[in-house]
Amino acid sequence: MSAWETVIGLEIHAQLATRSKIFSGAPTAYGAAPNSQACLVDLGYPGVLPVLNAEVVRMAVRFGLAIGARIERHSVFARKNYFYPDLPKGYQISQYELPIVAAGAIEIVLEDGTVKRIGVTRAHLEEDAGKSLHEGLGAFTGIDLNRAGTPLIEIVSEPEMRSAKEAVAYMKKVHTLVRYLEICDGNMQEGSFRCDANVSVRPVGTEKFGTRAEIKNINSFRYVEKAIQYEAARQIELIESGGKVVQETRLWDPDKGETRSMRSKEEANDYRYFPDPDLLPLEIDEAYIEAVREALPELPDAKAARFVAAYGLSAYDALVLTASRELADYYEAVVRAVPEQPKLAANWVMGELSAALNKDGLEIGAGRLSAERLAGLLVRIADDTISGKIAKEVFEAMWASGESADAIIEAKGLKQITDTGAIEQAIEAVMAKNPAQLAEFRAGKDKLFGFFVGQVMKATQGKANPAQLNELLKKKLPG
Amino acid sequence: MYRQTLTQLAADLRARRVSSVELVRAFLARIEASQRDLNAFVTVTAEQALAQAEAADRALAAGRGGALEGVPFGHKDLFCTAGVRTTCGSRMLERFISPYDAAVVSRLKAAGAVMLGKLNMDEFAMGSSNETSYFGPVRNPWNRALVPGGSSGGSAAAVAARLLPAATATDTGGSIRQPAAFCGVTGIKPTYGRVSRYGMIAFASSLDQAGVIAASAEDAARVLREMAGFDPRDSTSVDAPVPDYLAGLDQPLSGLKIGVLKEFFDTGLDAAYERCVREALQVFERLGASVREVSLPNIPLSVPVYYVVAPAECSSNLARYDGVRFGHRCAEARDLEDLYKRSRSEGFGAEVKRRIMTGTYVLSAGYYDAYYLKAQRVRRLIAADFERAFGEVDLLMGPTTPTAAFELGAKVADPITMYLNDIYTIGANLAGLPAMSVPCGFAAGLPAGLQIIGPHFAEARLLNAAHRYQRETDWHLRIPEAYA
Repeated sequence: MSAWETVIGLEIHAQLATRSKIFSGAPTAYGAAPNSQACLVDLGYPGVLPVLNAEVVRMAVRFGLAIGARIERHSVFARKNYFYPDLPKGYQISQYELPIVAAGAIEIVLEDGTVKRIGVTRAHLEEDAGKSLHEGLGAFTGIDLNRAGTPLIEIVSEPEMRSAKEAVAYMKKVHTLVRYLEICDGNMQEGSFRCDANVSVRPVGTEKFGTRAEIKNINSFRYVEKAIQYEAARQIELIESGGKVVQETRLWDPDKGETRSMRSKEEANDYRYFPDPDLLPLEIDEAYIEAVREALPELPDAKAARFVAAYGLSAYDALVLTASRELADYYEAVVRAVPEQPKLAANWVMGELSAALNKDGLEIGAGRLSAERLAGLLVRIADDTISGKIAKEVFEAMWASGESADAIIEAKGLKQITDTGAIEQAIEAVMAKNPAQLAEFRAGKDKLFGFFVGQVMKATQGKANPAQLNELLKKKLPG
Repeated sequence: MYRQTLTQLAADLRARRVSSVELVRAFLARIEASQRDLNAFVTVTAEQALAQAEAADRALAAGRGGALEGVPFGHKDLFCTAGVRTTCGSRMLERFISPYDAAVVSRLKAAGAVMLGKLNMDEFAMGSSNETSYFGPVRNPWNRALVPGGSSGGSAAAVAARLLPAATATDTGGSIRQPAAFCGVTGIKPTYGRVSRYGMIAFASSLDQAGVIAASAEDAARVLREMAGFDPRDSTSVDAPVPDYLAGLDQPLSGLKIGVLKEFFDTGLDAAYERCVREALQVFERLGASVREVSLPNIPLSVPVYYVVAPAECSSNLARYDGVRFGHRCAEARDLEDLYKRSRSEGFGAEVKRRIMTGTYVLSAGYYDAYYLKAQRVRRLIAADFERAFGEVDLLMGPTTPTAAFELGAKVADPITMYLNDIYTIGANLAGLPAMSVPCGFAAGLPAGLQIIGPHFAEARLLNAAHRYQRETDWHLRIPEAYA
């Protein structure tokens, strides 16, 4: 039995966050009553014509520039012809031979910390189709054309990923990027960001690609990972048991955790692509591209590098904190309020804050805790008003009430005891209450030191400054 | 008063010598009287027209109203008209009522034209004889045993029989000029992009262009002035100012350089027809123009190129008629495939099916390069031929068709012969050029058409030449006896 290598290429469909559709003025908002957001153009009525939404072009150029790709000065919209009830015109307007964005690349960080470049073959603009509805309609199929004409950018990678984890890292990176660029809301439940995975396997060390299967419409990172793992294992098992992989389109079934055949290559449509005569070729000039370039935000890679350099963070922490623009902005707002403590800020944002957000299923910025409030807490840790342990208690109260750290510390009397006299008093009281343990300690049972720390902390409700307490106990206990 | 030109009628209305209601009633009566013989209309909108005419009369009485206020008018039945069915000559759209007006319709409505009805046409504008209409063929007013030409046969026949002073038409491969020639009326197909295609049901998007059929070049100019202009809803519409086509009509033609298309006199041109065209050219010479022969070496390839490009686009444009949202839907569909197959089989006629199949074939994997791409390359060569020619001459002239109108049924069984009828007209569509057909005499008792082709956006020059010619001749004023 030989070792196998998985080869993966992804086609990501990102819905562009425009207010109106790619070729009509109808709104793109999600979740409206069926067919309430489809105008005559979206419905493919006789005589209507498409007019390109300029915002869509700007967004595609933003994406192309962000991945260092060539922006084509001349690109062409083509018709992809096939019959389906949710495709009103009987063709989808897409870009085929001449897409707007040509070759670029995206860097991902592998588990061992190495950086890998994944080539992006192209990215092109197209319109989405509508939806077929089956539930509650008996023998009928309903058609909802609200989504018809929604702008998409399809981002096609080279077959350069070698594991499901790499594919997920790539997809996450693209997800981060489109949100940084504010060209896609990244909402995967609503289908704003989804992908098709081309998967094949080959013996390690060989050059020739195996026959690939295309897994359609996967809409979560977890499913991408599982679907690819399942599909690679299926192909390997098939080959090892003497079978052959056939080129086909497969569907991921998340309930069963498997992929299954949708249609074979022979059944595939002949799409009869040809340039759409209703739309002129899209011509983009240098000045336009430069104007878009100037308006680009700081991108995740650059931001992470700056976080390492400016705040002394580890590469890993910087990567986590720049995963979204909102998270990075939040972190930097905290740091602005406690400029001396960038690492403490990173630990709290990545630790307590992220955990609390996760627990409540909230996005960054959606909780009651503003960056300024969190910074207020960190200030009190830094100036020794409270210990790290007490800080967690304060954090929980802040998370629940939205009040400031100082108000909570004050109200709950959580201020740390740094008065040596007060701590000494507490120590003496504990020693007096526990003569047996004191005797054992003095007879050489060093382990009991911790017992005394605990007792004093208990007596002071945890407010004794831990460092001072340690020092004083070391002086007092030996007698 | 039906004998008067649109120009005269518009002036009479403006001067209140006649009311719009009177005119509309008179033309409606003519339409009704002729409908059984000519079948020029698919739908007549009498009530609506009278209401509109009353409104026009009020506007005129108040000294208001557009350039065509109160003028009776008709639209080819592929322009969408809100609330009035738009059939495109097809069973597929037999009961289709558009929720909106085509750009051309709303512009002419704004200019005050009163729509009396929707004109018959070849199904989806595919045909050269009007015999492919689901609503039956239109007949030629000069001889009802003959075809009126197509696809705008209803528009041409209606103007020839003076059922209307003018009507809209469309031209994809000759569909304005060929019926205008067959019916002895004046038709102009403007430059591609000059008139908005919004709301015009598509046949072949890169070739389709709306225009007008009227009794004279002056009338055509008057209507075109209202139709033309940029429309942001049509991406292929050109954002260039529209000249006043009436202003230059009378300019003298001295010094005008006319090229006579050599190739148009080579292939099977009827001798009597040729004589009419030659005589017309002599009129232009008398008017001070110079005439010389010009060759467009690639023009004989127009028909094969057209019958690749147009079907390719139509196969895609007509995919939306699937029985799902509008148009004909078969009864009791068993499943989706059955719905598609039967709705389309029942809804489309034979010629439309033939072109959909041809178009599907030429776009198929493995054939695309050999047919579609090659046709597009040749199309560019043809356009380059024209461009070269217009480096030497101001206008090109020749016959509009190889023969005068033929008998109903004569070519139905042989599509290739039928297609060859467009041999002289297709070139202008492939190159996107403005072109006209002007009545230039009678060949064996039937109207012959002089075709005039100009460079892009030279509509004013075409209309000027045609108008000066019509000042010297009266072919355009002849009315078929049965309708005189």
